[in-house]
Amino acid sequence: MKIYYFAWVRDYIGYPYENISCPKTVTTIEQLAQYLKDQSDGHRRAFQDLSSIRAAKNQKFVANDSEVADTDEVAFFPPVTGG
Amino acid sequence: MIKISIQNEEFDVTAEIKQLSSKSIGAIATFCGMVRDSSKDSSLISLTLEHYPGMSEATLEEIAQKAKKEWPIDSITIVHRVGRLKPEEMIVFVGCASAHRHAAFDGCQYIMDYLKTDAPFWKAEETKDGRTWVSERENDKAAKKRWHLEESN
Repeated sequence: MKIYYFAWVRDYIGYPYENISCPKTVTTIEQLAQYLKDQSDGHRRAFQDLSSIRAAKNQKFVANDSEVADTDEVAFFPPVTGG
Repeated sequence: MIKISIQNEEFDVTAEIKQLSSKSIGAIATFCGMVRDSSKDSSLISLTLEHYPGMSEATLEEIAQKAKKEWPIDSITIVHRVGRLKPEEMIVFVGCASAHRHAAFDGCQYIMDYLKTDAPFWKAEETKDGRTWVSERENDKAAKKRWHLEESN
């Protein structure tokens, strides 16, 4: 699964992109976030408070209970602040 | 016509307005968003903007399409800059061209309200104390809610 990180989520994790293969037990955005949280100290800091993170699947905003598959492009980032 | 551009370079407001103009256009409303120094001691050095390439263009295109569906707007231009900007530089330009002013004004406001909450851009402020990411504003979420035209989406 392709995973992108932006803004402070990327700063904590240390890189903007990773390609991971998840265990079969990971089927939703929230489970993916919980799984990623254990990958490193940076991931743990980034995913510490899931309520402060937004997710996109295939470049569309999705809710935490949205399903994810290996072929999806997922992104995690803070609430947007453009304009 | 809809024109979406995400770019590092400065944009030329007069040139953008000229592009929006045609014989049937009676009104062009525009909005410019600027780099504002909101630090306590006016020590903003720069504002760095980043985006999610692909999703940001698609989101702006979608917002512009929705505005065109709601109002009789002929052409829309949205230019959003990314990269490192200095205080007083322009960040974003929105222009709506229509036969009459009301559609142009409303379209501009609508686009900015949705851009603020839905388009994947992020700002980091650099001051003498270092770099901090800008937080979302509750006001922006409230602003979008006043357009209860399309809760079905």
